[in-house]
Amino acid sequence: MISPQQVETMIKVGLPDALVQVQDLTGGGDHYQVTVVSSQFTGIGLVQQHQLIYGALQQAMSSEAIHALALKTYTPETWQATAAS
Amino acid sequence: MTPETQAKIADLIHKNKIFVFMKGNKLMPQCGFSNNVVQILNTLGVPFETYDILSDPEIRQGIKDYSHWPTIPQVYINGQFVGGSDILIELYQKGELQQMVEVALAS
Repeated sequence: MISPQQVETMIKVGLPDALVQVQDLTGGGDHYQVTVVSSQFTGIGLVQQHQLIYGALQQAMSSEAIHALALKTYTPETWQATAAS
Repeated sequence: MTPETQAKIADLIHKNKIFVFMKGNKLMPQCGFSNNVVQILNTLGVPFETYDILSDPEIRQGIKDYSHWPTIPQVYINGQFVGGSDILIELYQKGELQQMVEVALAS
């Protein structure tokens, strides 16, 4: 179990420019949905984008503090396109 | 991971054009994320094989090391790691997954 603030902080350590939205899906502090916008995603594939986030959250993932994590990743450009539509 | 585990994983993903490491099986997925992947592939109507990692601790850990990916399910197309549930959903919604499986099945 881990707080949404801790999840956000850990992601921002790995991806300092990231815009992070954390949603606790069950209220139990272990099933999260996270949306991340970062310029570091530009030019790399979805697998690598998610791996960057898993890397930042490695400690919480391997200790199973986070049991389930749904991820949505955007570059600043794709995020703007989504927000505009 | 033992060389045997690595060889077993390589064999599974190269012998099957579309392969899924999941919790449970096609008929009874044991996790919502695994179920998402099965439903998407069923919707596409493509042949795919699965491996229940709950039945095998060696593969359960080994596949995470193999792909540098910490979660299950994991989908492989033509021997390449494609992603987990979120990526499958996104590729499907964009129409890219359909193309990927068509190319794989035609090869």
